[in-house]
Amino acid sequence: MARFAASGSGVKLLEYKGKELLARYRIPVPRGTLVTSRESLGELSYPCVLKAQVLSGGRGKAGGIRVVKDAAEATTAYDSIRQLTIGGYAVKQVYSEERLDIAQELYLSFTIDRSARAPLLMASRAGGVEVESLPESEMFTAHVPPMLGVLPYLFRAMRARLGLPKEVAAQVEAITADAYDLFRKEDAELVEINPLAVLRDGRVVAGDAKVTIDDSALYRQTEREGVDQDWTPLEAEAHEKGITFLQLEGDIGVIANGAGLTMATLDVLGLKGGRGGTFLDLGGTDDPEKVRQAFLLLVKAKPRVILMNIFGGITKCDTVAIGVEKAMAEQPTRVPVVARIKGVNEAEAKRILSDAGMHPADSLEEAAELAVKLRGSP
Amino acid sequence: MSVLLNRQTKVIVQGITGHQGQFHANQMRAFGTQVVGGVTPGKGGTEIDGFPVFGSVREAVDRTGATASTIFVPAPYAKDAAVEAIEAGVRLLAIVTERVPVHDCLDLMPYARAKGCTIIGPNCPGIATAGEAKMGIMPNHLFKPGRVGLISRSGTLTYEIVNELTLAGVGQSTCIGIGGDPVIGTNMVEALDLFDKDTGTESVVVVGEIGGTAEEEAAAKVKTMGKPVVAYVAGRTAPPGKKMGHAGAIVLRGRGTAESKMRAFEAAGVKVAAYPSEVPALLRPRR
Repeated sequence: MARFAASGSGVKLLEYKGKELLARYRIPVPRGTLVTSRESLGELSYPCVLKAQVLSGGRGKAGGIRVVKDAAEATTAYDSIRQLTIGGYAVKQVYSEERLDIAQELYLSFTIDRSARAPLLMASRAGGVEVESLPESEMFTAHVPPMLGVLPYLFRAMRARLGLPKEVAAQVEAITADAYDLFRKEDAELVEINPLAVLRDGRVVAGDAKVTIDDSALYRQTEREGVDQDWTPLEAEAHEKGITFLQLEGDIGVIANGAGLTMATLDVLGLKGGRGGTFLDLGGTDDPEKVRQAFLLLVKAKPRVILMNIFGGITKCDTVAIGVEKAMAEQPTRVPVVARIKGVNEAEAKRILSDAGMHPADSLEEAAELAVKLRGSP
Repeated sequence: MSVLLNRQTKVIVQGITGHQGQFHANQMRAFGTQVVGGVTPGKGGTEIDGFPVFGSVREAVDRTGATASTIFVPAPYAKDAAVEAIEAGVRLLAIVTERVPVHDCLDLMPYARAKGCTIIGPNCPGIATAGEAKMGIMPNHLFKPGRVGLISRSGTLTYEIVNELTLAGVGQSTCIGIGGDPVIGTNMVEALDLFDKDTGTESVVVVGEIGGTAEEEAAAKVKTMGKPVVAYVAGRTAPPGKKMGHAGAIVLRGRGTAESKMRAFEAAGVKVAAYPSEVPALLRPRR
């Protein structure tokens, strides 16, 4: 089950939502409309392009983008697009757009350069392909000083590098300035226009839109509709409860406190020959109710063994143990639980967990080995 | 000796009347830190657990001579709190707050640098100089004064490793939790540079994780240093495209993998621990 999308770690917007946002920032986009039903295909003007709305690349190759010349063709195309699964995403929506007469495809994006702690502008006159496949020599890249924004010198440098005709360059620069404005004001982690299409009539329009919004900034952003968080039902349930939880491909349920420690627990398990089926980070909580909820969620993921690793610094081990004990009482499970619990009040915690029928372990390595042993052969 | 923070540093706590702020102000004082007061807008003139509360950082700095601040305010107000502190002359800021919008960090970090203020974090456990002072939320009882510096992107994993060091009799100089976000105030290279210049630090432990290229850059920095470095990298089994708890911990488009980071460290002569528990043994000089 590969559901990996690689355009940023935040909330990804579907193409049509991204284009709505671009349009709001004065960036020219093709005329388009969301196809809400099979019947509404009769109202479109033809020829047009039907585009599957999914959060993954490779739509064209998968048959998710179809040029149609009339309503009859559109109906056939629409039906087949609706049945597609592209990169693990079932197509739920189809967007119809005017057909563009493209003379040249450019590339434009803003991302965050973590090392430079600055926005990064990337532009190329060789767009329409995956950005990774573009040679360095075809790319204009520049950091934007966040306190100052996009200044004219950047455009002079970009113009020299891209060598576009004057009328095209002027439009590209206006779009660049507007895209930066969007990037900053909408808390975007990524704004990518690929292709940025130069039409035969000389206009420059956004052929596609990939926009990712920082999920820590959603409280001040309105772009939540149409958001596909790419979660499994259990992951969505965890999110609702404020629990950091991911479902992975293995069969040993891992629960720990802190993101780094949870990752390390999965890694040690891997080195000992096991595979983690969950990433469940309890965080800094020792609230027994939260622990109980997290544990119940873990059981629902149906692991063959549960491996718990708690380092109680400020989190008290015995309070965590009480939460686990309650969850076990509420939903008795035959899944063996290996618990390695270290820190404040660890002796008491171990006693509680042993009494509840769990397998205590002293070190993380020992716990991982035991979990792998209890899992048995597949 | 130590880096950034010692027992002379006068520290305030922004958000001291909140649950976390109050609890950790007390913990910090118990560690030995000179916590000279706190700030909560609208609550100036009051007192909490013996700490004077001021209505603004300016007032707190004027009245106490504080040069450092630990920020516990909620994410939407973190940027405001940090700028207020920097404008009031604070030189060291630990931002514990999680989920600060990344664009706020983009605004904040170059500004702090221009003003000569060092920021640790956000989304970090803070900084602790063993036996002297701490800012943030690291557990008090783990530390033992000594000569190993520690730099880490995570919290509990750091405590786990500090605990292993202490149990093995290996003391620490300063431990810097640089934070798990993509855009942070003090990165690994800068933290390594601080330890390289510190006469009280003999060797350094770097605890990295997947995402970004901080570890690769740190490896390049190690080549210029005269002190031995040991590393642990979390996330070797993390699937691509998944954000592993920390906002910055994600393998994207094949970049930021644990393998790449471990290879870079090894190529720079850094010993890389497969298990967190191996770190103390790797610190011992070769026979």
